[in-house]
Amino acid sequence: MSNKYGELLVEGQNIVKDFKVSSNALKQPLMRASNDVSFKMYKSRGMAVVGESGSGKSTIAKMIAKMYAPTAGKILYKGRDIQTITHRKELMTYREGVQMVWQDPFGSLNPTHNIFHHIARPLKIHNKVSKGNKKELEERVYELLEQVGLIPAKETAAKFPHQLSGGQRQRVNLARNIAVGAEVVLADEPTSMLDVSIRAGVLNLMQEMKFDREMSLLYITHDIATARYIAEDLAVMYVGHMVEWGDTDQIIHDPQHPYTQLLVSAVPDPGKSIHTKLAGNKGEIPLWTPDSVGCPFAGRCLHAVPRCKDEMPAAKQLAENHFVRCHLHE
Amino acid sequence: MTTPQISIRNLCVDYITADGDVRAVNNVSFDIGKGEVFGLAGESGCGKSTVAFSLMRLHKPPAYISGGEVLFDDGNGAKDIMKYSDGEMGIFRWSEMSMVFQSAMNALNPVIPIVDQFTDVIMRHTDKNKYEAVKRAEQLLQIVDIHPNRLSDYPHQFSGGMRQRLVIAIALALNPKLIIMDEPTTALDVVVQREILQKIYALKEEFGFSILFITHDLSLMVEFSDRIGIMYSGELIEVAAAKDILESPYHPYTHGLGSSFPSLTGPKAELKGIPGNPLNLLDLPQGCRFQARCERVTDICRRKATQLRDVQAGHLSNCHLAVGGQPIAIVETEAVAV
Repeated sequence: MSNKYGELLVEGQNIVKDFKVSSNALKQPLMRASNDVSFKMYKSRGMAVVGESGSGKSTIAKMIAKMYAPTAGKILYKGRDIQTITHRKELMTYREGVQMVWQDPFGSLNPTHNIFHHIARPLKIHNKVSKGNKKELEERVYELLEQVGLIPAKETAAKFPHQLSGGQRQRVNLARNIAVGAEVVLADEPTSMLDVSIRAGVLNLMQEMKFDREMSLLYITHDIATARYIAEDLAVMYVGHMVEWGDTDQIIHDPQHPYTQLLVSAVPDPGKSIHTKLAGNKGEIPLWTPDSVGCPFAGRCLHAVPRCKDEMPAAKQLAENHFVRCHLHE
Repeated sequence: MTTPQISIRNLCVDYITADGDVRAVNNVSFDIGKGEVFGLAGESGCGKSTVAFSLMRLHKPPAYISGGEVLFDDGNGAKDIMKYSDGEMGIFRWSEMSMVFQSAMNALNPVIPIVDQFTDVIMRHTDKNKYEAVKRAEQLLQIVDIHPNRLSDYPHQFSGGMRQRLVIAIALALNPKLIIMDEPTTALDVVVQREILQKIYALKEEFGFSILFITHDLSLMVEFSDRIGIMYSGELIEVAAAKDILESPYHPYTHGLGSSFPSLTGPKAELKGIPGNPLNLLDLPQGCRFQARCERVTDICRRKATQLRDVQAGHLSNCHLAVGGQPIAIVETEAVAV
């Protein structure tokens, strides 16, 4: 299964995910966090998912990581439905291939263990070093720390998470992904808590992992500018729907969906003025349920027509790698 | 030239720690004109919020203001608010200078309805009775585009953007002359962020207050502010008009910050960032505080302490290499041309 983008690693097919919003067993109202979402992730290629908070970006990453099961639809990893992966051994192999990086570098490392422990643990669990060989383990840990730019490695390994800065901690997390030889990295806002001067270094490290280690990267963010820097593909989400996806540059330069246009017009840019008008109406973001109909953006859209409120638009291909879900393009 | 709204002179703030006193803010001086938006940018821990807190004199031990003057023009000439008694300061706060805190979620009391949080500040500072205070609160809610019938709701019933607008409305309650905004939109989505900043700008035009705007998002700051000050490890290192700060910076740190942002439209260049980590304030080097991370470091940077001075009209920098020199970006384009 390969084409001009390289080997296809993860594929989402019409994924739907419903969550219960109330614990009241009689009512059981559902909230649709992800509706008919499809995507493809290739080796050595980055896919950025952008959208506002609550748009279902993290839900997608968590479903790929097998933390939630989709309500409907399939996620394929190398052609195999990940819901069929249930045996311990197979699960281990899956988790070796698919790793996550979290938003909060302060919460994702155990404060009571030093950095050596954090890197050594995945190596031991996934049998990346021969059992009982302490020297090999040490060498491998130091090597990994050097690869992610934590130098001097020996001193860093002895430190505890609180002695490192946010950027250094995020590098430790990335070193853990490299340690198990992950092929897919699911990065959920990995740089949003870092300072700008530090952020560039972490982005460059992820870029290096993508190209030199041929990893496939899912980059979840609300910052379109960094998405453009790191990802070849871009998917824009609104209230659980993928409204526009395809080539990153094409979408940013020529957004076709009204929500993407609004989003791009709102991104801060030194060349813009604060008075630049937003390309959209103010409005409440709807709560999507399995019974909701129409386009989720209809209420805020400047170009909405009556059918937008009744009918969910189908995906439409605009160019080789540019898709949109909008009635204006039919 | 008219007197500035606020004029900060050699402000120093120290923190008492077990390992000795740490100077978190060192000799910071700047002015904010009437109706001006002054932006203060820098990495976390550089002291920008500490400056904001000391203008309101909100520091509690172990932090204390160890020196400097803050001259505030309350309409009857400039007065040093550092010399105010606690009682005078209590009257001054909010009626002359108010603040929008970093996290609106935590700035509102979750167990008290919004209306009481408005009337509290209005009745404390004015002679209005409860009825008048509620009327004023309704007015304020309308100013920030929230329907007045939501006054009796609790903070958790509002979305993040609405809560932020509520906090801004409370800051406007007494028509202050200066509003400090400490990362007012950091936790919000870009669309909501722009809506709120446009609202703030419109309110500023209407009521004529000045703004001290603090954020780490330099692109946003350039759009929103008139002038910008960049802080690094407790010192103000560069002050310039908003558009000059990215286009023609004199300080290598400012230049580094500018090249840490990926562009949305321009050509894709590799992000350089700034090598190294922020300074430990307990272990300050002799000379310039940025020397360890600076590409242009020379001998004088390691010996002589820096001082903020004019390098060109309206542009201040504390870099030793800036005086009589050229802005960094311009020097580099010339180098390419040759």
